[in-house]
Amino acid sequence: MKGFWKLAGMEALLYLREPIASFFTMVFPILLLFLFGSIYGNKPNPFYGGRGMVDVSTPAYMAIIIGSTALMSIPIAISTYRERGILRRFRATPLRPAAVLGAEISVHLVMTLLGAALLVVAARLVYGLHFGGNAALVFLALVLSTLSFFSVGFLVASLAPNARVANLVGMVLYFPNLFLSGATFPTEMFPPTIKAIGNFVPMTHIVRLLQGLWFGDPVGRHLTEIVVLGGLLVVGAIISALTFRWE
Amino acid sequence: MKGMAIVAEGLRKTYGNLVAVDGISFDVRENEIFGVVGPNGAGKTTTIECLEGLRSPDEGRLSILGLDPRREGRELRERIGVQLQSSALPDDIKVREALGLFASFYRKPADWRPLLDALGLADKRDAPFAKLSGGQKQRLFIALALVNDPELVFLDELTTGLDPHARRAMWDLVRSIRDRGKTVFLTTHYMEEAEALCGRVLVIDRGRIVALDTPDELIRRLGEGTRIVFAADEGYDPTLLGKVPGVVKIEQDGGRVVVTGTGDRLVVLVVNALDAAGTRFRDLRTERPDLEDVFLALTQEGKGGRV
Repeated sequence: MKGFWKLAGMEALLYLREPIASFFTMVFPILLLFLFGSIYGNKPNPFYGGRGMVDVSTPAYMAIIIGSTALMSIPIAISTYRERGILRRFRATPLRPAAVLGAEISVHLVMTLLGAALLVVAARLVYGLHFGGNAALVFLALVLSTLSFFSVGFLVASLAPNARVANLVGMVLYFPNLFLSGATFPTEMFPPTIKAIGNFVPMTHIVRLLQGLWFGDPVGRHLTEIVVLGGLLVVGAIISALTFRWE
Repeated sequence: MKGMAIVAEGLRKTYGNLVAVDGISFDVRENEIFGVVGPNGAGKTTTIECLEGLRSPDEGRLSILGLDPRREGRELRERIGVQLQSSALPDDIKVREALGLFASFYRKPADWRPLLDALGLADKRDAPFAKLSGGQKQRLFIALALVNDPELVFLDELTTGLDPHARRAMWDLVRSIRDRGKTVFLTTHYMEEAEALCGRVLVIDRGRIVALDTPDELIRRLGEGTRIVFAADEGYDPTLLGKVPGVVKIEQDGGRVVVTGTGDRLVVLVVNALDAAGTRFRDLRTERPDLEDVFLALTQEGKGGRV
């Protein structure tokens, strides 16, 4: 266990030292919030179903953060570690393979939650963010959404032949998710066809789940989202486990 | 098998149709520096990785420090140190962080601070991995291989890519590891390295053992004896040295003469014969065959060209 904690601590430090990764997790969502916040403020707005832009967008932007850790950081980190022989070097020690993977998952989960927390604090301090749900439920939904997308990230890392391809595939998955799910732009803006396509984008379910619970929807109203994300988690984890390569 | 750090019997590993290691057997004694040499693709790295437990052999029995690397891999890795041929660390990790991290992976880590001094990395302790030179990276990997105070250290092509100065420094380091009571198992494709460092050398080619002995014995067995090379001035009589006792072969290329022969007094006899005949010669030197000659004579690649 000592090795796990030390590795997780080290990976967290390395994550924060990597300016691009930490920018997209910690800074970019807040900049986006300030951009739209400076246009719309957080007044009740019919365009946002009578709610404030910031209140609606804060849970949605959490999906941006999940996408950046799950579809960008994890595929690059794992495939680079494999390509450069770093995973092999770990395997030549008594450290358990599960500790290596567990450290990667934990650190990226913590970074996602940290990014979400920073976003909430910024939204609260600058725009007086409102919250009408159960904080524990939102937290659990956030963790489920994150792990679900992490399984996709690991899948990309497992199947991609090298880091370059993993990076590319991660981006190809990330951007449609980002723009079609309502994470960046509210789906209310979309014409019906785009909206329909959006239903098939996994991140849409994250946005709906987090926004719904944020405003106090009962969990029962979001069973579809929970089943989709849970299913993605199980299927992604199983295929990753079967196809994962250490070298 | 007391006194044996490694016992390998009938080790065999194939990749598809390619037989990388073809049933080799050898022992490594405690506290010796044991070297494996062979042309590229001879099976050196596959062999070392089977011993480290990083690869599973298809057949054969392995006992490393009395442990089976397949069944007792974790226990074995507590007690061995490993330097991999191709490996890296994250770019941004600092030298001291890497040592602290790897130390935490072991039940009984050594204090890694003295290793920084021993490996000349003390002034690089806060440098990130990506900023280290090739030699510094190699020294860091050796430090990582020693961080658990292992009984047996595996070094896979330790000095490949290093300049001659860094290579010599690395040799001293390997000797100091042995002098601290550890066993060293290394692969190399530099014959001078094997000759300088190893107590015994295993020569493999195409997955099979070609020879296993001390460097001196391997050279002696090649049986070429001493070579005397000199430049002869005009007036040199090619038949002159044929009668000198011990001379086996005389080759001449223009003014350059190469005399091959045996016997402790060979040089004296040849020089006396030249002098007695009044032949003037320049640049006389003697050559003993080295491990490289043995290697080229023994391995397949030697027939095609130099490694």
